[in-house]
Amino acid sequence: MIEEKPKGLRAYLTLVYPTLMLGIFFIVPFGLMAAVSFFHRQPGGFYTPGFELTNYKNLYTALFGRTLMFSLFIAGLSAAVCVSIGFPFTYFITRMKRRVQVVWLILLMSVLSLSEVIVGFAWSLLLSRTAGLTNLFVWLGLMERPVALYPGFAALLFGICYLAFPYTVLVLYPPLSRLDPALPEAAQTLGASPLRTFFTVVVGSLRNAIVAAFVMVFVFTLGAYLLPQILGRPRHWTLSVLITDAAIYQTNMPLAAAMAIFFMSVSLVLVALTMMIGKGKKIRTT
Amino acid sequence: MSGLTLENIDKNFGAVVAVRDVNLHLPDGQFICFLGPSGCGKTTLLRLIAGLEKPSRGRILLDEEDITHIPAYKHNFGMVFQSLALFPHMTVGENVSYSLRVRKTDKSAQRQRAQELLDLVKLSGLIDRHISQLSGGQRQRVAMARALAIEPKLFLLDEPLSALDAKLREDMQLELRMLQQRLAVTTILVTHDQREAMTMSDLVVVMGPDNRVHQMDSPLEIYRNPADTFVADFIGTSNLLDGISSGSREVTVSGARLEIAEMPDGMTPDTKVTVSIRPEEVHVLPDLEKGDNRLHGTVSFVRDVGSSVEIYLDCNGLQIVSQSTPKGRPAVKQGDQATAVLPPTACVVLRS
Repeated sequence: MIEEKPKGLRAYLTLVYPTLMLGIFFIVPFGLMAAVSFFHRQPGGFYTPGFELTNYKNLYTALFGRTLMFSLFIAGLSAAVCVSIGFPFTYFITRMKRRVQVVWLILLMSVLSLSEVIVGFAWSLLLSRTAGLTNLFVWLGLMERPVALYPGFAALLFGICYLAFPYTVLVLYPPLSRLDPALPEAAQTLGASPLRTFFTVVVGSLRNAIVAAFVMVFVFTLGAYLLPQILGRPRHWTLSVLITDAAIYQTNMPLAAAMAIFFMSVSLVLVALTMMIGKGKKIRTT
Repeated sequence: MSGLTLENIDKNFGAVVAVRDVNLHLPDGQFICFLGPSGCGKTTLLRLIAGLEKPSRGRILLDEEDITHIPAYKHNFGMVFQSLALFPHMTVGENVSYSLRVRKTDKSAQRQRAQELLDLVKLSGLIDRHISQLSGGQRQRVAMARALAIEPKLFLLDEPLSALDAKLREDMQLELRMLQQRLAVTTILVTHDQREAMTMSDLVVVMGPDNRVHQMDSPLEIYRNPADTFVADFIGTSNLLDGISSGSREVTVSGARLEIAEMPDGMTPDTKVTVSIRPEEVHVLPDLEKGDNRLHGTVSFVRDVGSSVEIYLDCNGLQIVSQSTPKGRPAVKQGDQATAVLPPTACVVLRS
């Protein structure tokens, strides 16, 4: 082992910049929000400093509970959809020739260059009755008459997955392309059919990457704010919408802050649980 | 005819030819080495046999049954990959019994068989270890045990020993050979290491950079009677002397007449040939001695490594290397005039 040299003050200088940035733009605002969540609301005004749990007590409503559950549910569902489609998809890309791989990756990246707003409105148009894809199906003779596919749960799920899919592929691509091509071949020489090989060897040996991709999409989707309002009905609105509503339209900053803090804690717990399940499985096979 | 037969096998990857016109019959129960320089198509040939690739032309028969288009997973072959390809998310035992798990054997039988195989490769007690906790040599053994779990019809190995250090490699060669003899399973090993091929195999298949099979024979026969200049040069070291056949049992090399014990069939006079002779067959005499099968020259270099002595002779621009034991060392030094004796029985004549 190479012995580490004692570091001078200089060595830590490089850390000053990121620490400063993290502090100013992340920790301080977060701290402010955490503090505000305990402040006293001034009806019709802003808030006065203090310490009370009223804001958290006010969270205990059916609407908040339902919205929280729905936010977690749609995030989990879209993460599951993205990973279960993205994993085989990425696997097939990595088995292609290098040049074809690059084309696919560029195509996916180009989706990332579109803003959420554009994607949302584009899909609302494509899923509409008057100008949507169903008109094409009618023209092709596949449908009787055009129907509106939005707003609704399916449209929302679809939109979210469309946004999160490129990220899923980007997270899964490095580990999948590093997978030793001899692994699936070995499984086949041992008698496993291609499908069985895929599940027992490819999925099995990349379980950590799958958990990582799932967590990434889950967290990414939790913050969905625009798409639920464009593609969903009010009952499909996520907690982000509710928080914005409290903060801006009701000018109830302390409540919004409490919602945000509570939401974040619940998500953190869920992410930690998911990671533990991923690790736990690994320990079992060790 | 029992055994594995390859008929007119060609394999192209796009415009690249990997294997060209291979015809082989590999008898049952033998240890066979595919030997050749890198890029000669030996691994591709092994993968064709395993069913991991489809030949562009030709047929593969196992005990007279055509297996050319049967995919790898329907065969009953065991294969050890160059990277070993052990499943990183499974324990040693789970790796070894994977083929039984796929075949839905019951759990306790799987474990028992894994235990047996680990005993066979001397890894008893490691059944519940994780792959990352094993050393290189241990991984090697696990890969072999895994490939042998279903008692394969063919045991295929793709340069599995190349990643090991020299000492361990020699131990494994010996062990693998003994394992193969005990199980009497037809084994094909791909290697570029001729020493490895010589140590282990009953039969050596030599492939050349033209992606063809040059010779298939026992290791000693290949060493003594190489089929062509490529084999003579690739297997061990050889003096390759260009000459012209000047009689029914005679070749002229740079003006000197060499008597030859055995000429290739149908050799006509005045044909360009190459005479191959192993360095240990060349005797060096001090001074210029007249006589048959002698070439005269100057000693250009003496390499004395203790266990053997190599003398380089420059005979009119033709370099001849002689190797002898320290006891039989000729009394010559660099710059001396000397004579190389090429015995008729040691000269192998090859068509150029």
